[in-house]
Amino acid sequence: MSGTIFTRNRSVSIFITVLTLLAIAVTALSEGYGTGALSVSFTKVLGMTLCLCLAALAMDLVWGYCGILSLGHFAFFGLGGYMIGMWLMTARTEQVVRANLSEAVIPPTEGEITAATASQIFSVVGATDWPWMWAASDSLILSLVLVVAVPGLLALVFGWLAFRSRVTGVYLSILTQAMTLALSLYLFQNDTGLRGNNGLSGLQNIPGLETVGQDRISIWFFWGSALALGLAYIGAAWMVSGKFGNIIRGIRDDEQRVRFLGYRVEIYKLFVFTFTGCLCGIAGALYYPQAGIINPDEIAPIASIYLAVWVAIGGRGRLYGAVIGAAAVSLLSTYFTGGRAPNLDLGLFTIDWVDWWPVLLGLGFVLVTLFAPKGLGGLVDLIIRKDRA
Amino acid sequence: MSTLLEVQGISVSFDGFRAINNLSFAIGAREMRAVIGPNGAGKTTFMDIVTGKTRPDAGTVRWGELGVSLLSMSEAEIAQAGIGRKFQRPTVFEDQSVWDNLRLSLKKPRGPIAALFDRVSDADRARIAEIAAEIGLSDALDRMAGILSHGQKQWLEIGMLLVQDPRLLLVDEPAAGMTSDERAHTTALLKRLAEHHAVVVVEHDMDFVRRLGCRVTVLHEGSVLAEGSLDHVMADQRVIDVYLGR
Repeated sequence: MSGTIFTRNRSVSIFITVLTLLAIAVTALSEGYGTGALSVSFTKVLGMTLCLCLAALAMDLVWGYCGILSLGHFAFFGLGGYMIGMWLMTARTEQVVRANLSEAVIPPTEGEITAATASQIFSVVGATDWPWMWAASDSLILSLVLVVAVPGLLALVFGWLAFRSRVTGVYLSILTQAMTLALSLYLFQNDTGLRGNNGLSGLQNIPGLETVGQDRISIWFFWGSALALGLAYIGAAWMVSGKFGNIIRGIRDDEQRVRFLGYRVEIYKLFVFTFTGCLCGIAGALYYPQAGIINPDEIAPIASIYLAVWVAIGGRGRLYGAVIGAAAVSLLSTYFTGGRAPNLDLGLFTIDWVDWWPVLLGLGFVLVTLFAPKGLGGLVDLIIRKDRA
Repeated sequence: MSTLLEVQGISVSFDGFRAINNLSFAIGAREMRAVIGPNGAGKTTFMDIVTGKTRPDAGTVRWGELGVSLLSMSEAEIAQAGIGRKFQRPTVFEDQSVWDNLRLSLKKPRGPIAALFDRVSDADRARIAEIAAEIGLSDALDRMAGILSHGQKQWLEIGMLLVQDPRLLLVDEPAAGMTSDERAHTTALLKRLAEHHAVVVVEHDMDFVRRLGCRVTVLHEGSVLAEGSLDHVMADQRVIDVYLGR
């Protein structure tokens, strides 16, 4: 039980090595810094995949280790995206407005520029004024704070209410689904201030970096996503390696026993729930500038369920399982639903993968449950154990 | 002898069923007591009330020299105050090693931040080794708790209570499902514990209770029917009627 996290948990060194090699390979093959074998859009897909892996890592902490089957963690992911999206959109639109007004005979005042920016952003929902929730959108620093603070606060309040009342198991899962559904319906309203179903768009244009092409920005975001995932992995491995990990696994397996040992189970659950909510917020803030657009559909209940499916397919309670599951399933999903997979012609019937992907995913889920109950990560365990023997 | 736990006139009903009816009970600081009684006599509910799992409708539960009320405290606070509870079914963390099970039970700050930065000190190591020897699991520290035998799990759970340094141990049917060797071992262990702790043992098995050689409280329909040495209570006609004569 001594030494650093790198020697205590072998998977950390392996994971960081693989991630670094991946980053080097992607950079060397990128359009911005390398041979150009990887298109900009595919680089973005890879970067976004790393963000999804980060969210899955958080899901593994809260579900795989602490036993809380949250079906609402994608709400925190989406909120992180919205928080950074407001800044991106404001700063970008303001630049466009300034450029347009600079040719005017009378130089515009700051007030006029702000008003013009607002009407540009909100005309799509028939409004012209800044909603209150955009108050921090002119400050990058504040927006970055909100990326962590807003999902964290929602998780804290929701978790406090739920855990204090000792809501557990399937009831808690249903409540978290209700939370993400309510949030998504709320954001769908045109008058809530986040542009309703239009969402926030043009997020790939980073203010201040107009002269840098997307070929380079995509690589920067890939690096940022890889760095965030790497740090989170080290942090999560550290958290679960010591006594804290023993306690939350104890809560997962027998909450009552932990309580009668003198631990306040609610506080621990709240801690893990809120921490992972913040992690998801960070993941979302890195994801949506690469996706370019965010709308309320992103936090529909199904998204959070997919998150749980990734972790289940990858294997719970081993961190790398969640990452493997998220990477494998989301990349396959991109492949099959992106229209690239050739349709399967069976003569009488043609399998169109865009429609049939959910069936394939469901089949995969059943097969993994039946033949690899410990998930894809469990298969990795087998290989590692063979190495040692 | 100073009183460690004093329960006065508690009652509790579930949906009209009176599980505990005006029950009073007291135990001293270094005393062993066996609580016996037929099924449904209220033994487990009694433990639930003392450990904070169930709130009584009436009555008081006072603890320690200062006589603080346990009724307003949460399960975790009661455990921290020094009451350890062993469940009927052995409840250990099967997915973790014996060492980890004992480590997370050590008497140390219980908050999440303290747990995150917890380091195993030499004193912790010594304490775990001492308790492991006491419960006879010194050679099994690296083993997963899940692969222990039934008896070993029971002892591990008692060990998890001991490393918390409790003043009172509530032990629910420790001998259930044990072989006779394991029973003898458990009897010796409980007797040793009673030298330094208050121990309340809930048990069905009369032979086991006889071997403990302690005062006995007989519960029936939620209240105390008789109290005294085992021979004394077994000679009581009411006890014979409701329990032994069945």
